[in-house]
Amino acid sequence: MIPAPFAYARPTTVEEALQAIADGGEDVKVLAGGQSLIPVMRLRLAAPETVVDLTRVEGLRGVREEGDQLVVGAMTTHADVLTDPLLARYGQLVVQATETVADRQVRRRGTFGGALAHADPAGDLPAVALALDAEFVIAGSGGRRTVAAADFFVDYLTTVLEEGELLVEIRLPKLGEDWGVRYEKFNRVAQAWSIVAVAAAVRREGGRIAEARIGLTNMGPTPLRASATEAALVGVDVSMETVTAAAAQAAEGTSPSNDLNAQADYRQHLAQVLTRRAVAAAAGL
Amino acid sequence: MTQINVRVDGASYQDDVEPRTLLVHYLREQLGKVGTVVGCDTSNCGACTVHLDGHAVKSCTVLAVQADGCQVTTIEGVATGEGPTATLHPVQRAFHEMHGLQCGFCTPGMIMASIDLLEENPDPSDEEVREGIEGNLCRCTGYQNIVRAVRQAAAEMSGTAADDPKAEPAAVDTAAAEHVAVQA
Ligand SMILES: Cc1cc2nc3c(=O)[nH]c(=O)nc-3n(C[C@H](O)[C@H](O)[C@H](O)COP(=O)(O)OP(=O)(O)OC[C@H]3O[C@@H](n4cnc5c(N)ncnc54)[C@H](O)[C@@H]3O)c2cc1C
Ligand code: FES
Ligand code: FES
Repeated sequence: MIPAPFAYARPTTVEEALQAIADGGEDVKVLAGGQSLIPVMRLRLAAPETVVDLTRVEGLRGVREEGDQLVVGAMTTHADVLTDPLLARYGQLVVQATETVADRQVRRRGTFGGALAHADPAGDLPAVALALDAEFVIAGSGGRRTVAAADFFVDYLTTVLEEGELLVEIRLPKLGEDWGVRYEKFNRVAQAWSIVAVAAAVRREGGRIAEARIGLTNMGPTPLRASATEAALVGVDVSMETVTAAAAQAAEGTSPSNDLNAQADYRQHLAQVLTRRAVAAAAGL
Repeated sequence: MTQINVRVDGASYQDDVEPRTLLVHYLREQLGKVGTVVGCDTSNCGACTVHLDGHAVKSCTVLAVQADGCQVTTIEGVATGEGPTATLHPVQRAFHEMHGLQCGFCTPGMIMASIDLLEENPDPSDEEVREGIEGNLCRCTGYQNIVRAVRQAAAEMSGTAADDPKAEPAAVDTAAAEHVAVQA
């Protein structure tokens, strides 16, 4: 099907984009890579009055270093992420998760910012951003604000982004060589969304785990942290026994859905298994 | 209507399009490039794959207005020369020789995705081919001969084709199989 008619704006600066959104009428949609929005418009699940295309907005694409952070522009594509030297060095968790997203054509157009703003519970990048305590820089008519990942994801397909606001960049901590990471995704067929996935980052000090960060994909309407497992891992000796024991708590506090792919109790089982695998790999076991 | 300037398969076009026009419909209906097909409504099948500024994209999931100022290559633009004297692209030839198609509906997209893959990875393993074309669905072949075709093309493009012992279509136990293998 073809989308319903809409007015099209192609701004070149963030200011112009904000103005185009303000002038766009009742129902305005921002177009990033279009890999979620265009299918939804084709199915007429969305029929915006105006579409504001961010493709030509300067300064939104690419990765840079600022002190101990990496700053990823919202319009950085999944394909850019996979070849970026800074992310290769300090952002392997993002790279690993991005490799599992969709297929090469979709990764060519889809963007990091679009995937986070879309906030699909089965999307692979929200749990990574949450595990890393990413900061979201949002531009609006009143200026810019920064929101912590823990506050960014509000509900199913819902973030703190207000009408008229744009996600412009995402700030991630640089993970140095003392960190190990792993994204473990469970799905059944090619180019499929996660049934459950786990993002783990582990910092070792000698034979012990000093810090663990674990994000869960598709274990509730928003991405979640496996907080009980994270706490249980701090200070323990690195061994399969300690990791398995801690991973058994991975589903605590989760509320996964029942759907055609899996029942909630099966998802909780998967969360434990994938957490064990992800943490073990991240800890170098 | 919005005006766009695009180069498609080496020719320049200036056209007015509705913003909601999908790139694939612009190519097919306004330019007559019907080699690129539409196989789904959900951005899954990859039949519509073209190259936008040199990289494979699903042309049903790009607006025609987004191609303004860009180069598009479709399946109709990958051979060199035109008409009966044209030389097929090595990937096109390999799909023919390795029997990498049955109904052929997925083939334009498969070939465009495969060319993009081979540019990034000139010598992919079977596994890497399967991952590289995961965005393209085929309802007929079971993929075996598609994977062989892509590897055959890779070998040919890097000049090692003659030594490749695997350069044969899969044996198929139907009455037509021998005949088809002889044809190739
Ligand atoms: C076949 C297929 C398979 C897929 N498989 C996966 C998968 O396995 N895992 C996965 O994680 N994803 C998957 N995706 C989704 C893909 O990752 C999309 O790229 C992503 O969800 C949306 O990114 P986009 O840049 O295309 O955003 P768009 O589609 O352009 O936008 C999505 C939404 O976010 C809003 N938005 C975008 N950018 C901004 C911004 N800067 N500020 C404010 N709002 C914004 C838009 O208004 C829209 O509502 C798949 C998509 C397809 C078509
Ligand atoms: S027609 Fe484009 S992906 Fe199916
Ligand atoms: S040959 Fe028929 S769909 Fe692939």
